[in-house]
Amino acid sequence: MFETFTILTLQQYWWIIISILASLLVFLMFVQGGQTLIYTLGKTDTERSMIVNTLGRKWELTFTTLVTFGGAFFASFPLFYSTSFGGAYWVWMAILFAFIIQAISYEYRSKPNNFLGKRTYETFLFINGALATILIGTAVGTFFNGSMFSMDKLNLTNIYDSAISRWETPFHGLEAVLNPHNVALGLAVFFLARVLGILYIVNSVKDENIFNRGVKQMYYNAIPFLVFFLYFVIALLFKDGFAYSPGTGEVFMEPLKYLHNFLQMPVVLLIFLAGVVLVLTGIALFLFKKSNKGIWYTGPGTVLAVLALFLIAGLNNTAFYPSTFNLQHSLTIENSSSSHYTLTAMSYVSLFVPVVIAYIYWAWKSINNKPIEATELNDDQTHVY
Amino acid sequence: MTENFDYSLIDWSRAQFALTAMYHWIFVPLTLGLGFIVAIMESIYVKTGDPDWKRITKFWMTIFGINFAIGVATGIILEFEFGTNWSNYSWFVGDIFGAPLAIEGIMAFFLESTFIAVMFFGWNKVSKKFHLLSTWLVAFGASLSALWILVANAWMQMPVGMKFNPDTARNEMENFWEVLLSPMAVSKFTHTISSSYLLAAIVVIGISAWFLLKKRHLVFAKRSMVVAAVFGLITSLFTILTGDYSAKVIAKHQPMKFAAFEGLSVGMRGAPLVALGIVSSSPDDPDNENVKDFAFKIEIPNFLSYMAFQDFNAFIPGVKDLMEGNEEHGIMSATEKIVRGRLAIDALAEFKAAKKAGDELKLAEAQQILDENFKYFGYGYFENNPQGLLPNLPLTFYSFHIMVMLGFWFLVFFALILLLVYKNRISTSRFWLKIAIINIPLAYIASQSGWITAEMGRQPWVIQDLMPTMAAVSKLDSGAVIVTFILFALIFTSLLIAELKIMFRQIKNGPKPGGN
Repeated sequence: MFETFTILTLQQYWWIIISILASLLVFLMFVQGGQTLIYTLGKTDTERSMIVNTLGRKWELTFTTLVTFGGAFFASFPLFYSTSFGGAYWVWMAILFAFIIQAISYEYRSKPNNFLGKRTYETFLFINGALATILIGTAVGTFFNGSMFSMDKLNLTNIYDSAISRWETPFHGLEAVLNPHNVALGLAVFFLARVLGILYIVNSVKDENIFNRGVKQMYYNAIPFLVFFLYFVIALLFKDGFAYSPGTGEVFMEPLKYLHNFLQMPVVLLIFLAGVVLVLTGIALFLFKKSNKGIWYTGPGTVLAVLALFLIAGLNNTAFYPSTFNLQHSLTIENSSSSHYTLTAMSYVSLFVPVVIAYIYWAWKSINNKPIEATELNDDQTHVY
Repeated sequence: MTENFDYSLIDWSRAQFALTAMYHWIFVPLTLGLGFIVAIMESIYVKTGDPDWKRITKFWMTIFGINFAIGVATGIILEFEFGTNWSNYSWFVGDIFGAPLAIEGIMAFFLESTFIAVMFFGWNKVSKKFHLLSTWLVAFGASLSALWILVANAWMQMPVGMKFNPDTARNEMENFWEVLLSPMAVSKFTHTISSSYLLAAIVVIGISAWFLLKKRHLVFAKRSMVVAAVFGLITSLFTILTGDYSAKVIAKHQPMKFAAFEGLSVGMRGAPLVALGIVSSSPDDPDNENVKDFAFKIEIPNFLSYMAFQDFNAFIPGVKDLMEGNEEHGIMSATEKIVRGRLAIDALAEFKAAKKAGDELKLAEAQQILDENFKYFGYGYFENNPQGLLPNLPLTFYSFHIMVMLGFWFLVFFALILLLVYKNRISTSRFWLKIAIINIPLAYIASQSGWITAEMGRQPWVIQDLMPTMAAVSKLDSGAVIVTFILFALIFTSLLIAELKIMFRQIKNGPKPGGN
């Protein structure tokens, strides 16, 4: 089946898969958002333990999605992996550090004799929650604003200096934070993760005090989220974008490129609008109807909105990883992808994804059908973080 | 001029990757093996309904969980370090190498992380059988993820199933099944996985021995020991068989590494196997400081030839043959390979130029030179430094021998433990119980030595014969890599201390009463 597709179709198919993984990842970062709220929403030890435990049952899902996102990006668009990770070194390293300290914090936090102490592990969770969301958001911002890198495969033939991609500023990625548009996306992701975190926690923990504190916190986080998000989207729609000519691959600046992408791909625009409406609906239900079901709206809404943003970054002849150092070195889905053979093979593997989603749903349903209560944490039949 | 290479950058990038990989490999083999040991224990519990078996299962599951978390944490770093520190590599072979990494995520990690949740949180929430199934799926998922990453590693040691495309300046996959089923992939996976199972068995026996020495939880300790010893006996046999197979594959495809295993400087027919040896501190060849003879050795005549080619008189090339060439046996000298590699590299540049100029004739010519010489592509980078083609010989020799000797010792040890259990003398054999505890660090040394052998022995190659480390590395300041190396070292070390302290406390506390 996939063998018969053109290379361009496969490249688009894989860009869509990457976008779906990215959007699921942003949704699942409710774990990170929640981690920054352990002390804000939980005032007693038991309350905090309930929050940590409800987040702790999902952290692996987020983590695994991140790992799969990385692997899938590598397999489908290896030139991005090569250029961005080796170039924007400090940003990616900071993200990695934020994730090393997460994995163990849940498992070790409440274990006796844990060397660093409970408080340290909770601080690790906070750092992970804040740093990972802001940095990943900022890094994705460079998809729309470009980075200072050069890329020339011919360097491979210079045996003494063979690096094909080079970062053309000494800051190696840190310069991304100097662009307010990148940072706005980073902060929007951070506050969105907190919004999602609140909605997830009130849905999965049965505790009135936590719920009431959640309402108050929602105002503190939903409003900044909206401010940064609106700024990011409006600036995006009116800015010049990185377009390329389909025949020659030549990259050029096109005024209102991202707005054009929405208009030329109305389905994507609809996805985006539906996403935004759902995100707001979930928040409103929680704030004004005191419903704990908000996550079921804001979560899928996040997936749709992020999906749409990724689609306009890479489809419709748009360079998804632009170089502001030399426009012609920008990465597009056409010049950075794997070969037809590899994309075909990987496309067959991608058919497993629905199976994976099905068993995740089934397994979780079988163990997690009721919210956490304080009494459950004292039940010695269960594993407690 | 080789001075133009930033060797400090290459060395620190290698050090950083080695640091991450070695820390990762402290935790991973135990979880790989313990997954199955726990699954076997839980199967006995479900079959017999004996709550003691549930208690045993849950204790080892706790140990599993403590190790799993930190294995995951170090694993993600490795995945991304291919990009952050080896960016040329990521492009040059990403078309082949990325696929197994992605498949690992999609097929194995989700399986593992989903059912691990059922395994830990599902007691009394799901049926006994479903819980047992989840435990088996976790064990299976962990080994499946090992499969894909080891396939990727094997491909670096023996690149197959691809063709170099000068248009994109990279290798492109032509046959997925050749990548998956290459002899190197088969040997790498079977040997690594069985040795991990062996390590877990040693750990379980060692910890159980401690309980027996302290005269605590006797039933628990004896039962754990029996399961682990049976598991260990079978897997250690398998480890030795697959190790032997690995040696044959390496002899054929990585002759330099094979010569380094045995410290064989001059090739010969009927080569002896060095059972024990100490490398001399002075070079035995003034022209070649890296090649050293033995100060002392015990040999088994003709055995190396037999091990490599099932022929007591087969010729095994030594380090010197591989460097200087050996016409009689059809071995090309390093100098010749370097010339050919350089031809291939220049042909790539000419290909690109001809393409730009639209010169069909030159294009075809460049393509032909490239095709003829591509198998030596990586040698071209050693134009002024042929000595750079040598791995660290003493290190490879020692790590290989430590691994092999310990492997055989563990086989004997498992048999001995089973014998003592059978004779009902295990609780009183204090000497052997102490040995069982000492075996724990030895198993880790053997396991790490295996990787040192495999990875140091193949230097300087990231991709055998095609890409050396210096052509693979990201263009960074070595200072940046030094900073991240130190940070990683600090974090990993404190996490290791935390992990050990927690684990020792859990062991000291012992299994909880009542099967909980």
